[in-house]
Amino acid sequence: MIPFEYRRADDVSAAVDTVARNPTASFLGGGTNLVDHLKLGVATPEHLVDVSRLPLDDIEPGPDGGLRIGATARNSDTAADPDVRSRYPVLAEALLSGASGQLRNLATVGGNLLQRTRCAYFQDVTTPCNKREPGTGCSALEGYQRYHAILGASRHCVATHPSDMAVAMVALDATVHVQGPNGSRSLPAEELHRLPGDEPERDTVLEHGELITAVELPPLPFAANSAYRKVRDRASYAFALVSVAAALDVDDAGTVRDVRIAFGGLAHKPWRAHRAEAALRGGPATDDRAARAAEAELENAEPLAGNAFKIPMARGALTATLRRLSPLPTTR
Amino acid sequence: MRVNLTVNGERRRADDVWEGESLLYVLRERLGLPGSKNACEQGECGSCTVYLDDVPACACLVAAGQAEGREVRTVEGLADGDALDPVQQSFVDAGAVQCGFCTPGLVVAAHDLLRREPDPSDEEIREALAGNLCRCTGYEKILDAVHSAAGAR
Ligand SMILES: Cc1cc2nc3c(=O)[nH]c(=O)nc-3n(C[C@H](O)[C@H](O)[C@H](O)COP(=O)(O)OP(=O)(O)OC[C@H]3O[C@@H](n4cnc5c(N)ncnc54)[C@H](O)[C@@H]3O)c2cc1C
Ligand code: SF4
Ligand code: FES
Ligand code: FES
Repeated sequence: MIPFEYRRADDVSAAVDTVARNPTASFLGGGTNLVDHLKLGVATPEHLVDVSRLPLDDIEPGPDGGLRIGATARNSDTAADPDVRSRYPVLAEALLSGASGQLRNLATVGGNLLQRTRCAYFQDVTTPCNKREPGTGCSALEGYQRYHAILGASRHCVATHPSDMAVAMVALDATVHVQGPNGSRSLPAEELHRLPGDEPERDTVLEHGELITAVELPPLPFAANSAYRKVRDRASYAFALVSVAAALDVDDAGTVRDVRIAFGGLAHKPWRAHRAEAALRGGPATDDRAARAAEAELENAEPLAGNAFKIPMARGALTATLRRLSPLPTTR
Repeated sequence: MRVNLTVNGERRRADDVWEGESLLYVLRERLGLPGSKNACEQGECGSCTVYLDDVPACACLVAAGQAEGREVRTVEGLADGDALDPVQQSFVDAGAVQCGFCTPGLVVAAHDLLRREPDPSDEEIREALAGNLCRCTGYEKILDAVHSAAGAR
């Protein structure tokens, strides 16, 4: 670990200024990803600005009737919030499927969104990795690929984004509020993370010094009928191989009026499944149609030798999730 | 850097702390509390679990500076003098301890579970303790211990 200076931020603007002015400075949230990376030598900031105690931890109704979740709200508190549980259960389920209790108690919303890939080569400073050290090559191309991407990857990087929470937020059409050295801006959660292209070192569209201040969920009444399904190598405490966040609105005849779907574990970003959504609207949410919707979404998938199983797994996960959300037995 | 914190009800101060130290290191090496264990140091095993402001947390991933002004309760702070906490006593009675390295973290995590859910099911115990790995894999006895601690409370 290289020596660094630690400072606790007292207000948002000062935190933004300090980091924006200094290319070797980093924000620190709960520390569950960044402190690990300091120990591993994956991150080498010279200044840490601790934002975890900024007064940004409120979870309160948004101006349009949605829900605004402050960036320093802990993952455990967000999952336990009564509005999140009743109005956006997919978000509570996604949060509770991630990490462990003693990590969720530390982790913040902002840090969760910006956690970095769990690609084993990224975390091992002795192996080549374009994301950690641009230009050195991608060890995963000839290596262990079980957790890697099948959609939207490039020959420079095939990593996946590991957050469960972010997948739910993308399905819910959340907005991310950011404050930077030139003022504040808001962007759709779907556009926060980027595909690797030839710049895999950039996970997101944020500029250095931009601080996430809140995430806002829109009022989406049918999100009360939503769920998160995570497929992994053990029943708990493991990252997703594939996950699905879905919200479903069906009418009395069993016809899909509206639906929101996002996949985790498939790409460098939470993958909003617009094609699958379009394929499902206007007809019943049967297993068959769910499987075909998944196939429409995965048409352009390019699995690696070690992860072709993700295609049937994603199809199965979507089918099972929609079955859970459908009013039985009308749609069977 | 100097770090001031409350540990097991006492105000403590650690001097000459290096920024790169974790709360776990400060507890073990500077404050003489080696109960919390350093195993993976990566958040994966839960051996370092302590209460931080009354919720369990992996002390190995808390940077020392982040502990400033906060309240910590370690496994050493659970017993009342010589009288073990019911969770500790149940681990002893059930033989839920083999090498013992995972035990302090499990005891804190189980203690927290029983505060929230006085009579947990097997499934609830498994989920609540999912972040605590036992390399000796004595999980059945650990489950027995938590059930018997629930009965004793
Ligand atoms: C053993 C283990 C298992 C895990 N399992 C899962 C899992 O199954 N699913 C899952 O989703 N996650 C999992 N995680 C990851 C965990 O969810 C993240 O580590 C956590 O959410 C990160 O939040 P943090 O506040 O601790 O971030 P930090 O580690 O403090 O920061 C992470 C990054 O975000 C930046 N940052 C923090 N806050 C802000 C902000 N407000 N604005 C801008 N930048 C910011 C930091 O600079 C840093 O780059 C696991 C972690 C561990 C250690
Ligand atoms: S997949 Fe991406 S993160 Fe993993 S080794 Fe290749 S470049 Fe690095
Ligand atoms: S030592 Fe902290 S989780 Fe393993
Ligand atoms: S008793 Fe040895 S690690 Fe659990």
